[in-house]
Amino acid sequence: MKKQVTLSKEFFKGVWDNNPVLKQLLGLCPTLAVTVSAINGLAMGLAATFVLVMASLLISSIRKIIPAQVRIASFIVIIATFVTIVDLVMKAKFPDLSKALGPFIPLIVVNCVILGRQEAFASKNNPGRAFLDALGMGTGFTIALLVLGGIREIIGSRTFFGIQIMPDQFEPWLIMILPAGAFLTLGLILGAVNVYIDRKKRLEHESIIAHYKRVGREELIEELEVK
Amino acid sequence: MELFIIFISAALVNNFVLAYFLGICPFVGVSNKLSSATSMGMATTFVMVITAIVSWLLYNLVLVPYNLAFLQIPSFILVIASLVQFVEMVIKKVSQPLYRALGIFLPLITTNCAILGLALFGSMREYNFLENVIFGLGAGAGFTLALVIMAGIREELDLADVPKPFQGAPITLIVAGILALAFMGFAGMI
Repeated sequence: MKKQVTLSKEFFKGVWDNNPVLKQLLGLCPTLAVTVSAINGLAMGLAATFVLVMASLLISSIRKIIPAQVRIASFIVIIATFVTIVDLVMKAKFPDLSKALGPFIPLIVVNCVILGRQEAFASKNNPGRAFLDALGMGTGFTIALLVLGGIREIIGSRTFFGIQIMPDQFEPWLIMILPAGAFLTLGLILGAVNVYIDRKKRLEHESIIAHYKRVGREELIEELEVK
Repeated sequence: MELFIIFISAALVNNFVLAYFLGICPFVGVSNKLSSATSMGMATTFVMVITAIVSWLLYNLVLVPYNLAFLQIPSFILVIASLVQFVEMVIKKVSQPLYRALGIFLPLITTNCAILGLALFGSMREYNFLENVIFGLGAGAGFTLALVIMAGIREELDLADVPKPFQGAPITLIVAGILALAFMGFAGMI
Protein backbone atom coordinates (compact mmCIF):
# COMPACT_ATOMS: atom_id res chain seq x y z
CA MET A 1 0.00 0.00 0.00
CA LYS A 2 1.49 3.31 -1.03
CA LYS A 3 1.65 6.12 1.44
CA GLN A 4 -1.62 8.03 1.67
CA VAL A 5 -1.56 11.75 1.09
CA THR A 6 -3.11 13.94 3.75
CA LEU A 7 -6.80 14.68 3.53
CA SER A 8 -6.42 18.40 3.05
CA LYS A 9 -4.05 17.78 0.16
CA GLU A 10 -6.69 15.55 -1.39
CA PHE A 11 -9.01 18.55 -1.38
CA PHE A 12 -6.63 21.30 -2.43
CA LYS A 13 -5.00 19.47 -5.34
CA GLY A 14 -8.21 20.01 -7.31
CA VAL A 15 -8.37 23.68 -6.46
CA TRP A 16 -5.01 24.63 -7.91
CA ASP A 17 -2.39 21.96 -8.67
CA ASN A 18 -4.70 19.90 -10.84
CA ASN A 19 -7.36 22.50 -11.52
CA PRO A 20 -9.59 20.81 -14.10
CA VAL A 21 -9.97 23.86 -16.32
CA LEU A 22 -6.74 25.78 -15.91
CA LYS A 23 -4.30 22.87 -15.67
CA GLN A 24 -5.92 19.80 -17.17
CA LEU A 25 -7.99 21.61 -19.82
CA LEU A 26 -10.96 19.35 -19.13
CA GLY A 27 -14.60 20.34 -19.34
CA LEU A 28 -13.97 23.27 -21.64
CA CYS A 29 -17.34 23.13 -23.40
CA PRO A 30 -19.49 24.34 -20.48
CA THR A 31 -16.65 26.55 -19.28
CA LEU A 32 -16.70 28.58 -22.46
CA ALA A 33 -20.39 28.38 -23.22
CA VAL A 34 -22.12 29.53 -20.07
CA THR A 35 -19.71 32.10 -18.68
CA VAL A 36 -21.37 35.20 -20.12
CA SER A 37 -21.98 36.32 -16.55
CA ALA A 38 -20.65 35.47 -13.10
CA ILE A 39 -23.98 34.10 -11.91
CA ASN A 40 -24.20 31.68 -14.85
CA GLY A 41 -20.65 30.53 -14.19
CA LEU A 42 -21.39 30.01 -10.51
CA ALA A 43 -24.62 28.11 -11.22
CA MET A 44 -22.91 25.85 -13.74
CA GLY A 45 -20.01 25.28 -11.36
CA LEU A 46 -22.29 24.38 -8.48
CA ALA A 47 -24.43 22.09 -10.61
CA ALA A 48 -21.36 20.25 -11.88
CA THR A 49 -19.91 20.07 -8.35
CA PHE A 50 -23.12 18.54 -7.02
CA VAL A 51 -23.12 15.88 -9.73
CA LEU A 52 -19.41 15.22 -9.25
CA VAL A 53 -19.67 14.86 -5.45
CA MET A 54 -22.78 12.68 -5.49
CA ALA A 55 -21.51 10.45 -8.29
CA SER A 56 -18.10 10.08 -6.60
CA LEU A 57 -19.71 9.16 -3.28
CA LEU A 58 -22.00 6.58 -4.83
CA ILE A 59 -19.41 5.09 -7.14
CA SER A 60 -16.73 4.80 -4.49
CA SER A 61 -19.22 3.14 -2.12
CA ILE A 62 -20.17 0.48 -4.65
CA ARG A 63 -16.81 0.31 -6.42
CA LYS A 64 -16.27 -3.31 -5.38
CA ILE A 65 -19.52 -4.54 -6.90
CA ILE A 66 -19.15 -2.85 -10.30
CA PRO A 67 -17.62 -5.33 -12.77
CA ALA A 68 -14.55 -3.83 -14.44
CA GLN A 69 -15.78 -4.54 -17.98
CA VAL A 70 -18.91 -2.43 -17.71
CA ARG A 71 -17.59 0.23 -15.36
CA ILE A 72 -17.63 3.11 -17.86
CA ALA A 73 -21.23 2.38 -18.81
CA SER A 74 -22.20 2.15 -15.13
CA PHE A 75 -20.46 5.46 -14.37
CA ILE A 76 -22.31 7.16 -17.21
CA VAL A 77 -25.69 5.89 -16.02
CA ILE A 78 -25.01 7.01 -12.44
CA ILE A 79 -23.82 10.43 -13.62
CA ALA A 80 -26.80 10.77 -15.95
CA THR A 81 -29.15 10.05 -13.05
CA PHE A 82 -27.74 12.87 -10.94
CA VAL A 83 -27.69 15.21 -13.93
CA THR A 84 -31.38 14.50 -14.50
CA ILE A 85 -32.04 15.39 -10.85
CA VAL A 86 -30.17 18.69 -11.19
CA ASP A 87 -31.87 19.46 -14.50
CA LEU A 88 -35.39 18.86 -13.17
CA VAL A 89 -34.76 20.73 -9.89
CA MET A 90 -33.36 23.72 -11.74
CA LYS A 91 -36.28 23.75 -14.17
CA ALA A 92 -38.69 23.80 -11.21
CA LYS A 93 -36.87 26.19 -8.86
CA PHE A 94 -34.82 28.50 -11.09
CA PRO A 95 -36.59 28.60 -14.46
CA ASP A 96 -34.70 31.71 -15.64
CA LEU A 97 -31.30 30.27 -14.84
CA SER A 98 -32.28 26.95 -16.38
CA LYS A 99 -33.28 28.72 -19.58
CA ALA A 100 -30.04 30.72 -19.65
CA LEU A 101 -27.93 27.58 -19.29
CA GLY A 102 -30.04 25.75 -21.88
CA PRO A 103 -28.76 22.34 -22.94
CA PHE A 104 -25.55 22.76 -20.97
CA ILE A 105 -27.03 21.32 -17.78
CA PRO A 106 -27.91 18.01 -19.51
CA LEU A 107 -24.50 18.17 -21.16
CA ILE A 108 -22.82 17.81 -17.74
CA VAL A 109 -23.21 14.08 -18.45
CA VAL A 110 -20.44 14.17 -21.01
CA ASN A 111 -18.27 16.59 -19.05
CA CYS A 112 -14.91 14.83 -19.04
CA VAL A 113 -14.01 16.24 -15.59
CA ILE A 114 -16.71 14.14 -13.97
CA LEU A 115 -16.14 10.88 -15.81
CA GLY A 116 -12.40 11.43 -15.49
CA ARG A 117 -12.56 11.69 -11.68
CA GLN A 118 -14.69 8.54 -11.43
CA GLU A 119 -12.26 6.56 -13.53
CA ALA A 120 -9.10 8.02 -12.04
CA PHE A 121 -10.09 8.38 -8.41
CA ALA A 122 -13.51 7.41 -7.08
CA SER A 123 -13.37 3.86 -8.42
CA LYS A 124 -10.09 3.25 -6.56
CA ASN A 125 -10.57 5.04 -3.23
CA ASN A 126 -12.85 4.97 -0.21
CA PRO A 127 -15.92 7.25 -0.08
CA GLY A 128 -14.32 9.78 2.30
CA ARG A 129 -11.37 10.45 0.05
CA ALA A 130 -13.52 10.38 -3.06
CA PHE A 131 -15.79 12.96 -1.46
CA LEU A 132 -12.87 15.32 -0.70
CA ASP A 133 -11.36 14.80 -4.13
CA ALA A 134 -14.68 15.51 -5.84
CA LEU A 135 -15.29 18.55 -3.65
CA GLY A 136 -11.83 19.92 -4.45
CA MET A 137 -12.18 19.34 -8.18
CA GLY A 138 -15.66 20.85 -8.10
CA THR A 139 -14.38 23.89 -6.22
CA GLY A 140 -11.55 24.34 -8.69
CA PHE A 141 -13.98 24.06 -11.58
CA THR A 142 -16.40 26.54 -9.98
CA ILE A 143 -13.63 29.05 -9.25
CA ALA A 144 -12.37 28.89 -12.83
CA LEU A 145 -15.90 29.43 -14.16
CA LEU A 146 -16.55 32.24 -11.73
CA VAL A 147 -13.33 34.05 -12.67
CA LEU A 148 -13.99 33.66 -16.39
CA GLY A 149 -17.64 34.67 -16.01
CA GLY A 150 -16.71 37.59 -13.77
CA ILE A 151 -14.13 38.99 -16.17
CA ARG A 152 -16.48 38.65 -19.12
CA GLU A 153 -19.38 40.22 -17.26
CA ILE A 154 -17.38 43.16 -15.90
CA ILE A 155 -15.86 44.09 -19.24
CA GLY A 156 -18.74 42.97 -21.43
CA SER A 157 -21.70 44.39 -19.57
CA ARG A 158 -20.19 46.60 -16.83
CA THR A 159 -21.79 44.53 -14.06
CA PHE A 160 -20.77 41.88 -11.54
CA PHE A 161 -23.58 39.58 -10.35
CA GLY A 162 -25.99 42.06 -11.92
CA ILE A 163 -24.70 45.07 -9.96
CA GLN A 164 -23.11 47.79 -12.03
CA ILE A 165 -19.52 48.34 -10.95
CA MET A 166 -17.94 50.02 -13.96
CA PRO A 167 -18.67 53.74 -14.49
CA ASP A 168 -21.06 54.81 -17.22
CA GLN A 169 -18.20 56.31 -19.21
CA PHE A 170 -16.82 52.83 -19.73
CA GLU A 171 -18.05 51.56 -23.07
CA PRO A 172 -18.89 47.83 -22.65
CA TRP A 173 -16.91 45.56 -24.94
CA LEU A 174 -19.61 43.66 -26.76
CA ILE A 175 -17.11 41.06 -27.92
CA MET A 176 -16.63 39.80 -24.36
CA ILE A 177 -20.15 38.43 -24.10
CA LEU A 178 -20.04 36.96 -27.61
CA PRO A 179 -18.58 33.49 -28.24
CA ALA A 180 -15.31 34.98 -29.48
CA GLY A 181 -14.77 36.70 -26.13
CA ALA A 182 -14.94 33.36 -24.31
CA PHE A 183 -12.13 31.89 -26.39
CA LEU A 184 -9.98 35.01 -26.14
CA THR A 185 -10.44 35.42 -22.37
CA LEU A 186 -9.72 31.77 -21.57
CA GLY A 187 -6.68 31.85 -23.88
CA LEU A 188 -5.30 34.89 -22.09
CA ILE A 189 -6.04 33.40 -18.64
CA LEU A 190 -4.23 30.18 -19.55
CA GLY A 191 -1.31 32.24 -20.83
CA ALA A 192 -1.21 34.22 -17.58
CA VAL A 193 -1.28 31.00 -15.54
CA ASN A 194 1.67 29.70 -17.57
CA VAL A 195 3.61 32.92 -17.01
CA TYR A 196 3.00 32.59 -13.27
CA ILE A 197 4.07 28.93 -13.17
CA ASP A 198 7.22 29.61 -15.23
CA ARG A 199 8.18 32.42 -12.90
CA LYS A 200 7.61 30.30 -9.81
CA LYS A 201 9.69 27.46 -11.27
CA ARG A 202 12.52 29.82 -12.15
CA LEU A 203 12.54 31.32 -8.65
CA GLU A 204 12.60 27.83 -7.11
CA HIS A 205 15.43 26.85 -9.41
CA GLU A 206 17.41 29.95 -8.46
CA SER A 207 16.87 29.38 -4.76
CA ILE A 208 18.15 25.79 -5.07
CA ILE A 209 21.28 27.05 -6.85
CA ALA A 210 21.79 29.69 -4.18
CA HIS A 211 21.45 27.00 -1.52
CA TYR A 212 24.06 24.78 -3.20
CA LYS A 213 26.43 27.73 -3.47
CA ARG A 214 25.97 28.48 0.20
CA VAL A 215 26.82 24.94 1.25
CA GLY A 216 29.65 24.83 -1.28
CA ARG A 217 28.47 21.97 -3.49
CA GLU A 218 29.08 23.53 -6.94
CA GLU A 219 29.12 20.13 -8.63
CA LEU A 220 25.42 19.67 -7.83
CA ILE A 221 24.60 22.86 -9.74
CA GLU A 222 26.04 21.39 -12.91
CA GLU A 223 23.94 18.28 -12.40
CA LEU A 224 20.87 20.51 -12.09
CA GLU A 225 21.74 22.42 -15.26
CA VAL A 226 22.03 19.15 -17.18
CA LYS A 227 18.56 18.21 -16.06
CA MET B 1 -36.11 26.17 -48.53
CA GLU B 2 -36.83 25.63 -44.84
CA LEU B 3 -34.42 22.67 -44.91
CA PHE B 4 -31.74 24.72 -46.60
CA ILE B 5 -31.98 27.38 -43.90
CA ILE B 6 -31.65 24.74 -41.19
CA PHE B 7 -28.55 23.36 -42.89
CA ILE B 8 -26.88 26.76 -43.32
CA SER B 9 -27.82 27.81 -39.82
CA ALA B 10 -26.33 24.69 -38.25
CA ALA B 11 -23.22 24.70 -40.42
CA LEU B 12 -22.25 28.36 -40.47
CA VAL B 13 -24.31 30.79 -38.43
CA ASN B 14 -24.72 28.70 -35.29
CA ASN B 15 -21.61 26.64 -35.83
CA PHE B 16 -21.47 23.96 -33.13
CA VAL B 17 -17.85 24.62 -32.23
CA LEU B 18 -17.53 28.35 -32.64
CA ALA B 19 -20.95 29.53 -31.45
CA TYR B 20 -22.19 26.77 -29.12
CA PHE B 21 -18.82 25.54 -27.86
CA LEU B 22 -19.77 21.93 -28.38
CA GLY B 23 -16.97 19.52 -29.13
CA ILE B 24 -14.12 21.72 -27.93
CA CYS B 25 -12.07 18.75 -26.71
CA PRO B 26 -11.52 17.23 -30.18
CA PHE B 27 -11.33 20.74 -31.60
CA VAL B 28 -8.28 21.50 -29.44
CA GLY B 29 -6.96 17.94 -29.35
CA VAL B 30 -7.14 16.75 -32.95
CA SER B 31 -6.71 19.99 -34.86
CA ASN B 32 -2.92 19.99 -35.14
CA LYS B 33 -2.75 18.01 -38.39
CA LEU B 34 -4.89 18.59 -41.45
CA SER B 35 -5.24 14.91 -42.31
CA SER B 36 -6.43 13.79 -38.89
CA ALA B 37 -8.73 16.82 -38.64
CA THR B 38 -10.43 15.78 -41.89
CA SER B 39 -10.86 12.19 -40.70
CA MET B 40 -12.18 13.29 -37.33
CA GLY B 41 -14.61 15.68 -39.00
CA MET B 42 -15.91 12.99 -41.33
CA ALA B 43 -16.28 10.44 -38.55
CA THR B 44 -18.17 12.96 -36.43
CA THR B 45 -20.48 13.96 -39.29
CA PHE B 46 -21.22 10.31 -39.92
CA VAL B 47 -22.11 9.62 -36.28
CA MET B 48 -24.09 12.88 -36.08
CA VAL B 49 -26.38 11.94 -38.95
CA ILE B 50 -27.01 8.48 -37.49
CA THR B 51 -27.57 10.00 -34.04
CA ALA B 52 -30.04 12.49 -35.49
CA ILE B 53 -32.02 9.62 -36.99
CA VAL B 54 -31.94 7.33 -33.97
CA SER B 55 -32.48 9.99 -31.31
CA TRP B 56 -35.47 11.38 -33.19
CA LEU B 57 -37.05 7.92 -33.44
CA LEU B 58 -36.30 7.20 -29.78
CA TYR B 59 -37.67 10.51 -28.55
CA ASN B 60 -40.80 10.73 -30.65
CA LEU B 61 -41.78 7.07 -30.87
CA VAL B 62 -40.77 5.82 -27.42
CA LEU B 63 -40.14 8.54 -24.86
CA VAL B 64 -42.96 10.96 -25.66
CA PRO B 65 -45.82 8.43 -26.18
CA TYR B 66 -45.00 6.68 -22.90
CA ASN B 67 -44.48 9.90 -20.92
CA LEU B 68 -40.85 9.11 -20.29
CA ALA B 69 -39.35 12.39 -21.48
CA PHE B 70 -37.58 12.80 -18.13
CA LEU B 71 -35.42 9.80 -19.03
CA GLN B 72 -34.13 11.70 -22.05
CA ILE B 73 -30.58 12.27 -20.78
CA PRO B 74 -29.71 8.71 -19.68
CA SER B 75 -31.43 7.12 -22.66
CA PHE B 76 -29.75 9.39 -25.22
CA ILE B 77 -26.30 8.85 -23.78
CA LEU B 78 -26.75 5.07 -23.64
CA VAL B 79 -28.04 4.98 -27.20
CA ILE B 80 -25.17 7.12 -28.45
CA ALA B 81 -22.56 5.03 -26.66
CA SER B 82 -23.91 1.75 -28.01
CA LEU B 83 -24.47 3.28 -31.43
CA VAL B 84 -20.86 4.38 -31.75
CA GLN B 85 -19.70 0.92 -30.72
CA PHE B 86 -22.05 -0.63 -33.26
CA VAL B 87 -21.00 1.72 -36.08
CA GLU B 88 -17.38 0.89 -35.33
CA MET B 89 -18.04 -2.84 -35.61
CA VAL B 90 -20.02 -2.45 -38.84
CA ILE B 91 -17.35 -0.29 -40.47
CA LYS B 92 -14.63 -2.72 -39.42
CA LYS B 93 -16.53 -5.55 -41.08
CA VAL B 94 -17.69 -3.72 -44.21
CA SER B 95 -14.89 -1.39 -45.22
CA GLN B 96 -11.32 -1.81 -44.04
CA PRO B 97 -10.02 1.41 -45.67
CA LEU B 98 -12.77 3.47 -44.05
CA TYR B 99 -12.07 1.77 -40.73
CA ARG B 100 -8.40 2.65 -40.97
CA ALA B 101 -9.27 6.26 -41.78
CA LEU B 102 -11.87 6.71 -39.03
CA GLY B 103 -10.94 3.88 -36.67
CA ILE B 104 -9.20 5.52 -33.74
CA PHE B 105 -11.48 8.54 -33.82
CA LEU B 106 -14.75 6.66 -33.42
CA PRO B 107 -14.45 5.73 -29.69
CA LEU B 108 -13.49 9.32 -28.92
CA ILE B 109 -16.74 10.54 -30.41
CA THR B 110 -18.83 8.94 -27.64
CA THR B 111 -17.68 11.59 -25.20
CA ASN B 112 -17.95 14.39 -27.74
CA CYS B 113 -20.59 16.68 -26.33
CA ALA B 114 -21.51 17.84 -29.83
CA ILE B 115 -23.26 14.51 -30.40
CA LEU B 116 -25.36 14.61 -27.24
CA GLY B 117 -25.92 18.33 -27.82
CA LEU B 118 -27.26 17.56 -31.28
CA ALA B 119 -29.74 15.04 -29.87
CA LEU B 120 -30.85 17.47 -27.15
CA PHE B 121 -31.20 20.42 -29.51
CA GLY B 122 -33.22 18.27 -31.90
CA SER B 123 -35.78 17.34 -29.24
CA MET B 124 -35.79 20.85 -27.77
CA ARG B 125 -36.56 22.54 -31.08
CA GLU B 126 -39.19 19.97 -32.06
CA TYR B 127 -37.88 19.38 -35.55
CA ASN B 128 -39.66 16.84 -37.74
CA PHE B 129 -37.75 13.80 -38.93
CA LEU B 130 -36.32 15.22 -42.14
CA GLU B 131 -35.42 18.54 -40.52
CA ASN B 132 -33.61 16.70 -37.75
CA VAL B 133 -31.52 14.69 -40.22
CA ILE B 134 -30.62 17.85 -42.16
CA PHE B 135 -29.78 19.52 -38.86
CA GLY B 136 -27.41 16.66 -38.04
CA LEU B 137 -25.80 16.90 -41.46
CA GLY B 138 -25.37 20.67 -41.16
CA ALA B 139 -23.93 20.42 -37.67
CA GLY B 140 -21.47 17.79 -38.88
CA ALA B 141 -20.47 19.89 -41.88
CA GLY B 142 -19.94 22.91 -39.65
CA PHE B 143 -17.86 20.87 -37.20
CA THR B 144 -15.70 19.53 -40.03
CA LEU B 145 -15.29 23.00 -41.49
CA ALA B 146 -14.21 24.54 -38.18
CA LEU B 147 -11.82 21.66 -37.48
CA VAL B 148 -10.21 21.78 -40.92
CA ILE B 149 -9.77 25.57 -40.91
CA MET B 150 -8.28 25.35 -37.43
CA ALA B 151 -5.88 22.57 -38.47
CA GLY B 152 -4.77 24.64 -41.47
CA ILE B 153 -4.04 27.62 -39.25
CA ARG B 154 -2.24 25.52 -36.66
CA GLU B 155 0.04 23.97 -39.26
CA GLU B 156 1.14 27.51 -40.16
CA LEU B 157 1.31 28.43 -36.48
CA ASP B 158 4.07 25.87 -35.94
CA LEU B 159 6.37 28.19 -37.88
CA ALA B 160 5.33 31.31 -36.00
CA ASP B 161 7.25 32.70 -33.05
CA VAL B 162 4.70 32.42 -30.25
CA PRO B 163 5.75 33.64 -26.77
CA LYS B 164 6.58 30.59 -24.66
CA PRO B 165 3.77 30.81 -22.06
CA PHE B 166 1.22 31.04 -24.86
CA GLN B 167 2.38 28.02 -26.81
CA GLY B 168 -0.06 25.14 -27.11
CA ALA B 169 -3.55 25.52 -25.70
CA PRO B 170 -3.60 29.30 -25.00
CA ILE B 171 -2.73 30.34 -28.55
CA THR B 172 -5.12 27.72 -29.94
CA LEU B 173 -7.95 29.26 -27.94
CA ILE B 174 -7.04 32.77 -29.04
CA VAL B 175 -6.97 31.68 -32.69
CA ALA B 176 -10.36 30.01 -32.13
CA GLY B 177 -11.62 33.32 -30.75
CA ILE B 178 -10.56 35.17 -33.89
CA LEU B 179 -12.14 32.41 -35.98
CA ALA B 180 -15.38 32.74 -34.01
CA LEU B 181 -15.29 36.45 -34.72
CA ALA B 182 -14.93 35.73 -38.44
CA PHE B 183 -17.83 33.26 -38.36
CA MET B 184 -20.03 35.97 -36.87
CA GLY B 185 -19.95 37.52 -40.30
CA PHE B 186 -22.32 34.75 -41.41
CA ALA B 187 -24.95 35.97 -38.96
CA GLY B 188 -26.40 38.30 -41.60
CA MET B 189 -27.17 35.39 -43.91
CA ILE B 190 -30.46 34.33 -42.33
